[in-house]
Amino acid sequence: MSSGGAAIEVEGIGKRFRRYRERPTSLKERLIRFRVASDEFWALQGVSVEVAEGQTLGLLGPNGSGKTTLLKIIAGILRPTQGRVTTRGRIAALLALGAGFHAELTGRENIYLNASILGLSRQEIDRRFDDIVAFAELEDFVDSQVKFYSSGMYVRLGFAVAVHVDPAILLVDEVLAVGDIAFQRKCLDRVQAFQREGRTIVVVTHAPDLVHRVCDRAIVLEHGRIKAAGEPTEVVREFRLLMAKKDLAYGWDQGTKEIEIVAADLFGADGSSREWFAPGEELTIQMELKAHTVVENPVVSFAIHDQQNRFVYGTNTDWRSVFFPRFEGKQRVQFTLRTLPFVEGRYYVTLGIHSRDSTRVYHVQEQHYSFVMVRGEENPGLVFIPVDCRAERL
Amino acid sequence: MKGLELASVTEIAVRTSEPPRLHVRQRLRELWASRQILANLVRKEIKVKYKSSVLGAAWSMLNPVLYLAVFSLVFSIFLQAKTPHFPVYLLSGLLAWNLFATSLGLATRSVVDNANLVTKVYFPREILPLASVGAAGVDFLLQALVLLGFMAGTRFFHFGANLLLLPLAMLALVVFTSAMGLWVAALNVRYRDTQHLLGLALLTWFWLTPVIYPSGFVFQRFADNHLLGIPMFDLYLANPMAGVIAGFHRALYAVVRPDAGADPVLLPVSVPWLAVLLAAVTVGSIVLLFLAWRTFFRLSGDFAEEL
Repeated sequence: MSSGGAAIEVEGIGKRFRRYRERPTSLKERLIRFRVASDEFWALQGVSVEVAEGQTLGLLGPNGSGKTTLLKIIAGILRPTQGRVTTRGRIAALLALGAGFHAELTGRENIYLNASILGLSRQEIDRRFDDIVAFAELEDFVDSQVKFYSSGMYVRLGFAVAVHVDPAILLVDEVLAVGDIAFQRKCLDRVQAFQREGRTIVVVTHAPDLVHRVCDRAIVLEHGRIKAAGEPTEVVREFRLLMAKKDLAYGWDQGTKEIEIVAADLFGADGSSREWFAPGEELTIQMELKAHTVVENPVVSFAIHDQQNRFVYGTNTDWRSVFFPRFEGKQRVQFTLRTLPFVEGRYYVTLGIHSRDSTRVYHVQEQHYSFVMVRGEENPGLVFIPVDCRAERL
Repeated sequence: MKGLELASVTEIAVRTSEPPRLHVRQRLRELWASRQILANLVRKEIKVKYKSSVLGAAWSMLNPVLYLAVFSLVFSIFLQAKTPHFPVYLLSGLLAWNLFATSLGLATRSVVDNANLVTKVYFPREILPLASVGAAGVDFLLQALVLLGFMAGTRFFHFGANLLLLPLAMLALVVFTSAMGLWVAALNVRYRDTQHLLGLALLTWFWLTPVIYPSGFVFQRFADNHLLGIPMFDLYLANPMAGVIAGFHRALYAVVRPDAGADPVLLPVSVPWLAVLLAAVTVGSIVLLFLAWRTFFRLSGDFAEEL
């Protein structure tokens, strides 16, 4: 830690929100009623954490655990109810892409507006303008009004501006999960470049994978308290345990949605929807897909991860020789896993549909579904191997 | 990008549970550092207003032209009012009033309408109502062109000490408008009907201010009247906008008594007297601005939560 102290010091932060049952939102009502019923709840309690200069901290936690609230308090958007936060250096908080974009303005005008709000001076924006446009891949559209942009273009522009700001401390809330795979790659490269330049980063994410890849340290929040803190591998394990215990699906749900996963379920051999399986049983992953336009040659895939986030197995329709030359309307796709080789633990299923070269993701539900393997005494060991056993009298 | 640049910037921010206290000089420095956000927000307001409209900036000029037509018709013809060069009288006051009313209208909604910014990005929140004043200021300049055109067309110019009142009146107007703007913006975050109340308040206020009728008549009418021992006309001038508008009138319309025998159109007071009045309004407005700013600043810590 440098002599000047950590880049971010969070000391005993608590944040209380009031939920008003009937809050007077008008002066008229305020004059009529003086006392207002409200319940309060603590979004954060006793949270302390230090981030040294140049470190990257990952914030994990289920929805509603206070991750974004903590980020907003560090950024100065919300005021803590208890404790104090000290930050050293210019902060840029990316809590939403294209905050303040105005549909009526052109891409160029929005770049100037958005970048100045994120703290760049006019000269700095002038210098970076071409880089921003190139990064967003919007050279041909920079002088069209943003209202004519596709949602993908909008998000790309927002991100391009965001990564070209020049903060000492960067606070990122889930925004890395945007765009197609190639663009995500670019964004990740950018974050790693920030790290090499010695900037301090705090990332809020649902994706344990990202924490593994980019963070030096991580914390898990649950109900506004720190549940685990330390080394990413350890913390991610804690996080998975927590999620498994709470039986929660988590992960990203994203994509261009040209084809959408409208329903998915896991079935046993008897055709019933199930969550519990025994080693050696059959499991069918069934998805219903709906195309909003005609899409050529999409590929449907699934992946299974274990509780340590290890990629266990996955395949796709292409490799199984099922093709969709023209995908339109509704389709049902089934993958039947003949013999489950797992013996114990919870497994997470990721479902996706994307273009054949994977550059375009139509819809991914990352680790949205899960199932639990229950071994009996008869199946010790690491994997299930179907064993026929015979005996004959000689 | 240069990583080294970072080391030199040591902006230390400490945030606690205390409601933020306004340290004027420090905050002014912060606002100065964020001046480009202000410029960009003003530009946005203007561009958004005129994009996708055929007439563009002409819309702003249409407002005074229309007022001019309607009020000239009503006052000069229906009511037979005898105010020479009525258009110049009307416009010189109306412009100032429009700056005030448009600013407040925009400022009330400024924080609420920019909720997506306020809840997602940190920047000095004062910039939002101030940008409203800025956007109304651009309208003001466009409308001033109409007035100048009219004055040039009718060769109605008075150069003299009266013009010295213009910068004074302008200063008083901008400071007072900013103070009110900060105040209504903060109030509207909490109580959303502020914007409706404001409409009513502005309507009343408009008629209590000598924009359309000559202030000289009011002076004449109130000359000997007292309310609770206070001269009625002093009460009338307690309205800061009355002083501001009187200043604009004197600076641009200039002639107190165009018809020798008739009632005065403007306040029959000297230019220095008006200068003192405007200075008093300015000083009062600075105090008001400080109070409004302090309130705004204290409440702004919780804006993100209220939206």
